[in-house]
Amino acid sequence: MCAQADSGKDAGMDETIVVTDHLTKKYGTHVAVDGVSLTVRRGEVYGFLGPNGAGKTTTLRMLLGLIRPTSGSAAVLGHAPGRPGATARTGALIEGPGFYPYLSGRDNLRVMARYNGATEEAVDAALERVDLKTRGNDPFRSYSQGMKQRLGVGAALLGDPELLVLDEPTNGLDPAGVVEMRRLILDLSARGQTVLLSSHLLSEVQAICDRVGVISDGSLITESTVAEIRGTSSLFVRAEPVDVALAVAMRVAGDDAAQLIDGGGLRLDVDATAAPDIVRALVEADADVHEIRTLERSLEDVFFEITTTKEL
Amino acid sequence: MTSTLAVQHRPGTSFVASTRAELLRLRKWPALWVLIAVWLLLTLLFGYVFDYIGYRTGGSSTINEGVPPELLLADLLPAAIPETALSGLPMFGGAIMMILGALTAGSGYSWGTWKTVFTQGPSRASAFGGALTAVAIAVVGIMVVTMLLEFAAATTITVLESEPLIWPSALDVVRTFGGGLLISGMWAAAGIFVGTLTRSPALAVGLGLVWALAVENLLRGVANVLQQLEVVTDVLPGTAAGSLAGAMGASAMGDGDGTPGVLTILDGGPAAALLGIYLVVFAALATWVAVRRDVT
Repeated sequence: MCAQADSGKDAGMDETIVVTDHLTKKYGTHVAVDGVSLTVRRGEVYGFLGPNGAGKTTTLRMLLGLIRPTSGSAAVLGHAPGRPGATARTGALIEGPGFYPYLSGRDNLRVMARYNGATEEAVDAALERVDLKTRGNDPFRSYSQGMKQRLGVGAALLGDPELLVLDEPTNGLDPAGVVEMRRLILDLSARGQTVLLSSHLLSEVQAICDRVGVISDGSLITESTVAEIRGTSSLFVRAEPVDVALAVAMRVAGDDAAQLIDGGGLRLDVDATAAPDIVRALVEADADVHEIRTLERSLEDVFFEITTTKEL
Repeated sequence: MTSTLAVQHRPGTSFVASTRAELLRLRKWPALWVLIAVWLLLTLLFGYVFDYIGYRTGGSSTINEGVPPELLLADLLPAAIPETALSGLPMFGGAIMMILGALTAGSGYSWGTWKTVFTQGPSRASAFGGALTAVAIAVVGIMVVTMLLEFAAATTITVLESEPLIWPSALDVVRTFGGGLLISGMWAAAGIFVGTLTRSPALAVGLGLVWALAVENLLRGVANVLQQLEVVTDVLPGTAAGSLAGAMGASAMGDGDGTPGVLTILDGGPAAALLGIYLVVFAALATWVAVRRDVT
């Protein structure tokens, strides 16, 4: 599933609202973020993907002006990070929710709404959106991790921001909460809001993002659409006898493009449109075709392929 | 695009919005009310209750030992408020104000609320300035309530003892109130500075109290022997606070019946000026650190 399927938001997608140019952050000799240049376009859901410690949160903190880059530059909504022109139009949840433990969820949002210039009605609307309306009067310290996380997203929604920066938004959520969060992000995207989210969960990014930036060891390895990064699909064929099927497959797809995989099936690195030719050749060779389907590479496969290639 | 902003974040409106936000969270903070209650209780007990019991029973304590009963009673009546009202501020009141400042600034880092606040829209200077202003408003409120409590206690004793009700001059009350604000404000600003610097409420409170209650006194003790050190000890924050209270008429520590923390090292004018300078410097430094430093 892809968020891009929704709405007429594509019209504004060419407009870039977050740009970084060789953004770098060093702590002593340790390079946390190393020359990251990324772009986020208006209306898209951009996934910032990488393992823990790769530099995702540090990059997002720089985009929000919470930390200063050692070198490089960034612009958010046409302003330098952290300038009121950028932060007033951005909602953020960075590395876990930060709230006053003695205040209720509602009062926490009321405080942030005062800072933010949002109305009291916006507080109730935000609580409703993150499904905390019935628990809004309970103290924040009594919330579960998932509820705290949802309140953090609620605070990010105050003021109807153009850009949402969400750092690992599904952290601490139960499976139902994860589904609800994904639905919320897709809904925001459908309304034209831009979402920049970080995650170490490939399935999450794959499910909801239009474009992905992959970061590893502080460096942006690649930036593209999910489809482009996953690359061309391949075909899975199960036919008997296997030796006949393999010979036919190698003849049609090429010697290097066909390989026997576990379970007696064949993987053919060819475009899905080649399926009829493969089936026809197998039938002509008296092979029995039991199964043929498209195999799509998961983002997980691609991610490990990319990071392994880089290390080599 | 659906986005519409309820408020444009101009510096002025952001500062007012930040002050209102911080006042809301301070007003609902149990720690603030606990500190206020402790301070008012200390003021009442050490300023009036113990001395009045001593006067009524003819007993004495280390605080009022050797003081003639008529003088003891005179200090408990409304006319003496300008002299006595600041007695508890330099040390005990100051320590409580420092705790308030340190907790306000330091907790924001341990709870992660500065991180949330700094991404809401106002500039860091506006947001932090709003927090400083909210604490300043709280300090003014505390001083108003303190003065009212002192008047209530003194008036009650006057009525109980059938003494003539003689009010202090308004000018003296205003001077005392201003002096109290300077001392409280300076210690609160010091607490905010230490809280911002350490990013930890516990460390800030600990360090602040050690400084206010121990280190300054020890340094002044050393300066009695090593007189070159007086150049430094005469201008310490606690010296200025204690000297202003002393100049207003509070009994100094060396007077036998004096109050800990009250001093006679500086005259009133220089002490007030020094307190004002410390207040501004602490607030400015805290703001500079909060604005410049990475929020991690």
